[in-house]
Amino acid sequence: MMSEGSSFMKGLILGGIFCLVMSFFETFNSGTHSEGHEHLHHHLKPVSKDELQKLSESQMSDWTLQVRVYCLIMVTPKLLVHWATANDTWSKHCDKSVFYTSESSKALEAIDLQEQDEWARLRKAIKHAYENAGDLRWFFVARPTTYAIIENLKYLVLDKDPSQPFYIGHTEKSGELDYVEYDSGIVLSYEAMRRLIEIFKDEDRCPERGHALWKTPEEKQLATCLKYTGVFAENGEDAQGKGLFNKKSVSSLISDSMGQNPADVVEACCSDMAITFGGMSPSQIQVLMYGVYRLRPYGHDFHDSLTFLPPNDSDND
Amino acid sequence: MKALGARSAFYVGLVVGTCTMYVLLRQVGFTRNVGSVEPEAHKKSMLEMVEEENKNWKKERLALFNLNHPHHTGEDGTLADALYKHVRILCWVMTGPNNLEKKARHVKATWSRHCNIVVFISSVDDPDFPTVGLNTKEGRDQLYWKTIRAFHYVMDKHGDEADWFLKADDDTYVVVDNLRWILASHSPEDPVYFGRRFKPYVKQGYMSGGAGYVLSKEALRRFVVGFRTKVCTHTSSVEDLALGQCMEKIGVVAGDSRDTLERETFHPFVPESHLTGTFPKTFWYWNYCYYPIVQGPQCCSDLAVSFHYVDASHMYLLEYYTYHLRAFGYKYRYQPPEPSVIQDLNAPAPDKVEIGDIEEKLGAEEQEGEKKSLEQNEKL
Repeated sequence: MMSEGSSFMKGLILGGIFCLVMSFFETFNSGTHSEGHEHLHHHLKPVSKDELQKLSESQMSDWTLQVRVYCLIMVTPKLLVHWATANDTWSKHCDKSVFYTSESSKALEAIDLQEQDEWARLRKAIKHAYENAGDLRWFFVARPTTYAIIENLKYLVLDKDPSQPFYIGHTEKSGELDYVEYDSGIVLSYEAMRRLIEIFKDEDRCPERGHALWKTPEEKQLATCLKYTGVFAENGEDAQGKGLFNKKSVSSLISDSMGQNPADVVEACCSDMAITFGGMSPSQIQVLMYGVYRLRPYGHDFHDSLTFLPPNDSDND
Repeated sequence: MKALGARSAFYVGLVVGTCTMYVLLRQVGFTRNVGSVEPEAHKKSMLEMVEEENKNWKKERLALFNLNHPHHTGEDGTLADALYKHVRILCWVMTGPNNLEKKARHVKATWSRHCNIVVFISSVDDPDFPTVGLNTKEGRDQLYWKTIRAFHYVMDKHGDEADWFLKADDDTYVVVDNLRWILASHSPEDPVYFGRRFKPYVKQGYMSGGAGYVLSKEALRRFVVGFRTKVCTHTSSVEDLALGQCMEKIGVVAGDSRDTLERETFHPFVPESHLTGTFPKTFWYWNYCYYPIVQGPQCCSDLAVSFHYVDASHMYLLEYYTYHLRAFGYKYRYQPPEPSVIQDLNAPAPDKVEIGDIEEKLGAEEQEGEKKSLEQNEKL
């Protein structure tokens, strides 16, 4: 009896250690291979200023039309305050913004998908958006806890062809899978959407309801389905390599930078052309609106080659 | 039998151990950040920062003299540069030895870099920071003494090196470029001062201390003369009110600092309070503001000049919002008019006169004006 028990324990411990060692080994291997893998994990940057200046007027106006964005904002009544804030602020800068909810709320308008499961809801929203896109070719999926500067999103995808598959955001890795983090917003081109709609029909590779014991987050399920169609996640960053998609708030990022780079807090912190921030309260977002769209030092001009006009129906930008 | 049992128990344990650990690891996610490859932009070491500071700043006579107006990558700063040359501002910051590391350091790292000259006023000389020690103690009751002595000091040591003299606290954030926009439409020979105008106690109103205020050269001259002739004295420790009472006595006008849409530029609180806060009806603020209070987005001009009660991290946040973060290609709703002095400098030269000549002419006019007011002062 004793010897069996102790043998079992020995086996258990050895098995665990064996597995741990294998995993670390795998990580280190992937680490050294990362140089090679980097080229697959694209770093997507905006078009350079020089390139922009070379463009003709007609190319400019073509690009202005092509770069219009359809925003899918995935809300629930639990997030009512954030929903209202998104409705009142950044969503007005999308060319079309649609709120998709799990259940309807009397306070705010949305498309009621009547679906509690997040992945199923996301699929329905994507299908609806694709069918109602009109001539919009870029799609931005976010929760209302995310704040987005849509003009900077347009700047990032300005010279990218939406009839090519693009799946952009802040990328993370889970095992072998690269996925775009949901909390900092997901950008999809028209072609990526089209391929998604196709693979949604494949119940084996891209099931609507998973059968696993534990639930895989939607962001990973999305990445897996896209991977089957040959679409891979790309990390959105500026010309200096700074990430454009953030899930932290501005003040949180500033605090981090004060700790890590006290000599150069603002330069080292965040990109000038940042696209998203997360976890900000409604009043912090009003300050952010003021900071992005209004407050500026007189006499410092950026002669951007494109112009985006303010939306018609707001007073805080 | 026993040996077989032990061995199979061992193998079962091995399998169970491996599987459990595998599941555990998968659950934990074992995520790796692909996007966190350290960007090429290197972290600045303290040494590099000191080197860069020496290129941009001259530390002399306990003051910081700006050698290069800060520029941002990709921007066209010609308009700001023109104003920088034409509207010279000396910023003096009220601080103390205990606040150098907590507060003044962040002012030095952020907005004060946009002043032409910066002087940190303390109770102790510190040639390193640098700070100027006036012959005062620290404390709220010393505020007006410090202010009086500070203005006398900057007039004495730097009177010829600037046109306008700004007072700020070490928890005030100032957008100096926007201050230049306002001041460009006024002459430093006019007896005028600007800030957030309060109405009680003083007929023409007075300027909030915390939100910062700026005196023209003529206003500063009259202030110094006022103390020499005892027209003004140390009446109380309530610095902003006492100064405002003195200003009225010596004929310095309390100016209107609002933008062309009548929105306030100097703010006594942080942006969040003005943009989103609703001050209770009993709050003193309601009875103090000279102009009608607006809450919500129209509280504040796009070309805001100052905010108060700004702590360290907030300083960097405001610096990021003002000078860094922007929306690509966005056409601002508010298009402020160019100050006429800039239009004069840029106007097509009549009679083939060089732009330099026009500047000289303007400079000569200024000197004329200076001579005249000096004569007037002596008559006083």
